[in-house]
Amino acid sequence: MISIQHLNKSFGNTPVLRDISLDISPGERVVVIGPSGTGKSTLLRCLNFLDEPDSGTIAIGDLSVDAARASKVDILGLRRRTGFVFQNYALFANKTARQNITEALVTVKGMSRADADARANSILRETGLEARADAYPASLSGGQQQRVGIGRAMALDAELLLFDEPTSALDPEWVGEVLDLMRKLAETRQTMLIVTHEMQFAREIADRILFMDGGRIVEEGSPAQLLDAPRDPRTKGFLRRVG
Amino acid sequence: MRALDVDYMLGLLPVLLGYVPLTLFMAVVGMAFALVLAALMAVERVARIPVLDVFVRLFISFFRGTPLLVQLFLFYFGLPQILSFLTAINGVTATIMGLTLHFSAYMAESIRAAILGVDRAQWEASRAVGMTQAQMMRRIILPQASRVAAPTLINYFIDMVKSTSLAFTLGVTELMGAAQKEAAGSFHYFEAFLVVAAIYWIMVEALSFCQRRLEIYLNKAHAR
Repeated sequence: MISIQHLNKSFGNTPVLRDISLDISPGERVVVIGPSGTGKSTLLRCLNFLDEPDSGTIAIGDLSVDAARASKVDILGLRRRTGFVFQNYALFANKTARQNITEALVTVKGMSRADADARANSILRETGLEARADAYPASLSGGQQQRVGIGRAMALDAELLLFDEPTSALDPEWVGEVLDLMRKLAETRQTMLIVTHEMQFAREIADRILFMDGGRIVEEGSPAQLLDAPRDPRTKGFLRRVG
Repeated sequence: MRALDVDYMLGLLPVLLGYVPLTLFMAVVGMAFALVLAALMAVERVARIPVLDVFVRLFISFFRGTPLLVQLFLFYFGLPQILSFLTAINGVTATIMGLTLHFSAYMAESIRAAILGVDRAQWEASRAVGMTQAQMMRRIILPQASRVAAPTLINYFIDMVKSTSLAFTLGVTELMGAAQKEAAGSFHYFEAFLVVAAIYWIMVEALSFCQRRLEIYLNKAHAR
């Protein structure tokens, strides 16, 4: 169970997240949509403290963290219970595709080199990247890099995977393969929180869609409710613009 | 004017080559210590640990701000007058100490710049997978910074190899000291120092060759 209560975050004097509360059940796939600059990415980044929230509580599994009083151990705990997929992939530039996956398994989870390699090989198979296992990120296409990025997050067996606009930086030709991989992952009932502008994709895989605007969750509901019968005028306006 | 005494030079060459190991020993040991010290100081300067930061900055300021020769004299001739346990220090040890401290100050700054040059995404990705600060530095940031810092660090190493000649002023018979002695006995100053210059030059050229190989190796992750 994941529970976020009264989360607030400002950059300087500008509030970016205002009193966000959100529960996510195990296996639930939640998609966040909304205009840019409304705090969607910041929400994800606050959950693993890439951005530090000002106040609120974040509970993931057995760990509950009071954001205002989070210790280093708390922050590491949140990071070890979540996986993060970046918009710009952010693969370790000095590691091969396989090493990108094994790195945290060995250094963070203390897995043996052999076990980590076996796990990485099975993930490379799932992501269709066996042939590129020993390639460095610089020689991979955007789509391949992002699949490694997703593989790296999958490998950690995190309770929650966070996707921060995973296809926004991709050339259109690579978007399909990344979305396919995410669909496959969604079928395994992996708990996912996804920020995306891919509305069709959101409709397919989301159990619930949140619409954010001005640092708040304005409206939420099933894809059918939110996309086809939005109630709030801001949601309606946004969907009309992207529609 | 007299002709260059080539036979003298050829006779001197093997004698002076015998001192190359000592020169390389001082430079390699000095470089090894300096690298470790510089990396630690660079990481500290990036992390800005309270109190420690003041000391590191003072250290860098002093060792960059004063001549190596003055530092060597301070260690070898000056410090033993204050700290009696240092009277046992020999010229080679004092030179290695001086080279280490002096060059680590310069190298710390170039490593710091290289660390700060590593893409922000690399730091975020390391944090996101749950690495500690130390794991992130050791596994991800420093290896990438080393690629950027390598050319300047090798430059400092080349400078260090040549700076070992200052050990001569502490009474160490190394390459320079040996040449000086030979020249004084034969009055062939020009020939003797020409041989010394040639030996340093060849050593540095050999290092430059290694530098190119190292850069190719460090760039392998970035080849397309």
